[in-house]
Amino acid sequence: MAVRELTYVEALNEALREEMRRDDSVIVFGEEVALAGGVYKVTKGLLEEFGPERVRDTPISEVAIVGAAIGAALVGLRPVAEIMFFDFAGIAFDQIVTHASKLRFTSGGQVKLPLVIRTQYSLGRSYGSQHTQFLAASFMQAPGLKIVLPSTPFDAKGLLKSAIRDDDPVLFIESGSLYVNKSYYGYRGPVPDEEYLIPIGKADVKREGTDVTVVALSRTVSEAVAAADRLREDGVGVEVVDLRTIQPMDYATVEKSVRKTNRLIVAEDSVKTCGVSAEVAAYIAEYALDALEAPIVRLNSPPMPTPQSASLEREYMVTSDKIVEAVKKLLK
Amino acid sequence: MTSHQAVELDKERLLGFLRKMLEIRMFEERVEALYREGKVAGPAHLYIGQEAVAVGVLEALRPDDVVLSTYRGHGHALARGVPMAAVLGEILGKALGTCKGLGGSMHAPISVSHNIPMATAIVGSGIPIAVGVGLGLKYRGGGRIAAVFFGDGAVNTGAFHEGLNLAAVWALPVLFVCENNLYAMTTAISRTFAGQSIAARASSYGIKTYTTMGNDVVEVYKTASEAAEYIRAGKGPAFIECRTYRQRGHGGYDMGVWYRPAEERELWFSRDPIDLIFNRLKELGYADEGLRHSLIEEVGHMVEKAVEEALNSPVTDFKTLSELVYATKV
Repeated sequence: MAVRELTYVEALNEALREEMRRDDSVIVFGEEVALAGGVYKVTKGLLEEFGPERVRDTPISEVAIVGAAIGAALVGLRPVAEIMFFDFAGIAFDQIVTHASKLRFTSGGQVKLPLVIRTQYSLGRSYGSQHTQFLAASFMQAPGLKIVLPSTPFDAKGLLKSAIRDDDPVLFIESGSLYVNKSYYGYRGPVPDEEYLIPIGKADVKREGTDVTVVALSRTVSEAVAAADRLREDGVGVEVVDLRTIQPMDYATVEKSVRKTNRLIVAEDSVKTCGVSAEVAAYIAEYALDALEAPIVRLNSPPMPTPQSASLEREYMVTSDKIVEAVKKLLK
Repeated sequence: MTSHQAVELDKERLLGFLRKMLEIRMFEERVEALYREGKVAGPAHLYIGQEAVAVGVLEALRPDDVVLSTYRGHGHALARGVPMAAVLGEILGKALGTCKGLGGSMHAPISVSHNIPMATAIVGSGIPIAVGVGLGLKYRGGGRIAAVFFGDGAVNTGAFHEGLNLAAVWALPVLFVCENNLYAMTTAISRTFAGQSIAARASSYGIKTYTTMGNDVVEVYKTASEAAEYIRAGKGPAFIECRTYRQRGHGGYDMGVWYRPAEERELWFSRDPIDLIFNRLKELGYADEGLRHSLIEEVGHMVEKAVEEALNSPVTDFKTLSELVYATKV
């Protein structure tokens, strides 16, 4: 199979392009997505190829953007709506949580909502407290929604294609750091020439190891892989489990890894309270406590908004250094 | 206000209006009685007094047009032809219900086979969704339009403004129907609304706007027909403000008395929409008291049959619910 190196952004763009070519019910809209090709160029060239009926700039109206996606999906389209920063999803919380996730169930299964809400969070880019929030866990309280977080170009393409073809509403959370930070494992990577899909709802083991399991998602996968590669030089085997999808969550893959390593660290870009890390830790404590040889460690941000200053933000974030330190402490 | 000459109103159509409105009225009166008997768990927002809006608008639309309803939507469903037993079954939380009893009264109008894919319990939230429906219908062609109902309370939500603006900017085939019954729950519109009128607010988005007497089904029908024609001609969205009145309170628990002046109530009750159409039919020689009584008897039987069916329906098996959360299970 021929393989190229693509960036995370290029891989996302390819997924959109391929799905739009494949199915004329796929349309794209959001702020800056058409004429500008997206503020991070994820939708670059789509307007030129598919025209203004299928690729539309919207006003700054997040409620209407998500509402329009729901409506278009109700009459058979497969809209891909973009919310420029994850923080702005708060404005559309009602449409996402109270409508998109619930309408199928509330209607007794009469309707389906094949829509994708693409968004990104930009922790690690000095964007301050209102452009960096990782709110993924908040949306896990909305059954009916699927929540997907790609951590590499390969995953980004395969998961976005699956999300577009899925008949349920998918919140597709990208990482702004993976758009721009060239030092990250997830910034650039191999992507096959041939078409492929990655199933939603399945976690992926990014590094195999027998000593400690590090569960990560989105940007923290890059930190965890960097940590694992450094620790391997010291003879420590870190297994990195990338959740890929947090709703529905692939608990089985996490449990299997923990039963192999007997130690669990969860690394996530949100505050610790009720985060994705809390859910993973609770699951293992509830169903696999017998497998643990040490307490579960959660690596999150401290309970405060994101500081803007680059060095302060770095201290605030989960980094590979912090993961290495936690692994060493756990194995002591 | 508008020129309606093009709209033909024959005897059969006018009698059909009366029949539909009576169905809604008598259905809702029965729901109210069931509510008082404690047979309705949860809310029941009755449509009594507003029947002319649902019937006038929906009779003016095509069956393949898509309708978005609200928590005060029993009337929309019945006007669209959703079977009474299914609507009542939903209100009573039964398996027979439109939504298998998972939605309840506030979502009872949802019936995909009648092109009502959603009914919202969140004020204003259906408006942007209707914009998306309009986007999808326009994209596919075929002249279908989206029609969304909402109340006067909705016009103060952000969703209203975002939705109207986007529909206008994209020139989408959406009919906005505001049922202005003068109160958001118990709060009078005069205490919450700034500006000249709801219609004026809508027209500030460059949307073709109409104001109509919402208790007069003929007026509503003519206005909605003209608006639908305008939309189908590809000219963009249209907006109708229907001035009407709730003859009951906000929900079943509320009698709608303490916050509404007696004179106001008397005035609006004297404009009862069913009396209005019946008197018009009488003047035209199309109906008399005898016909009215036989219609009431017929509809009464119809309602009682639905009540019996709905009350006898089982409740959906809880074990089946997890299958309804996702269309594609992982």
